[in-house]
Amino acid sequence: MTKAEIANIIHERIGFSKKESAQLVETVLEEIKQALIDGEDVKLSGFGHFMLREKHARRGRNPKTGQDITIEPRRVVTFRASQLLKNNLLDDAE
Amino acid sequence: MTKSELVEKVVANHKHMTSKEAEYVINEFFHAISLALSEGERVELRGFGSFTTKKREARVGRNPKTGEAVQVPAKVVPHFKPGKELREKVDGNC
Repeated sequence: MTKAEIANIIHERIGFSKKESAQLVETVLEEIKQALIDGEDVKLSGFGHFMLREKHARRGRNPKTGQDITIEPRRVVTFRASQLLKNNLLDDAE
Repeated sequence: MTKSELVEKVVANHKHMTSKEAEYVINEFFHAISLALSEGERVELRGFGSFTTKKREARVGRNPKTGEAVQVPAKVVPHFKPGKELREKVDGNC
């Protein structure tokens, strides 16, 4: 599934124009992204939480060359699915 | 940021829209993703990231309270992988 398909679902189910539906998809993703860039966690009840985690520096190895390298401290996004989303997957998988 | 704050952000970007409508859009958006995942489909949102599902084998777990061994059934869990742009922008702001 792509952004265009989600836009189409919004167009068909809610009735906004195709153009506006596509813009809405972009807005939703942009706003979530911007909150994360600003260092804010994003909690979407019923779906899941996008959380920021600070990773410490650690020693790694370039798997290609075998060379030792230092992996710099970094900030990463992790996603924790809500119980509801997890349950949806289980119900349909059976 | 919570879902209701995301609703406000969407309204701020689409001025003619009511918050009720924005809420429908957001709910439909995440419902569409959830549905695609439950059908085993991958959801790719360019510039943001992708949602996939991962299989977990059945295993023998332990009730941490009683120490009793319990059979944990195989299941499918949702997974999010941040896209390159999101990953770089989130880290760049440290």
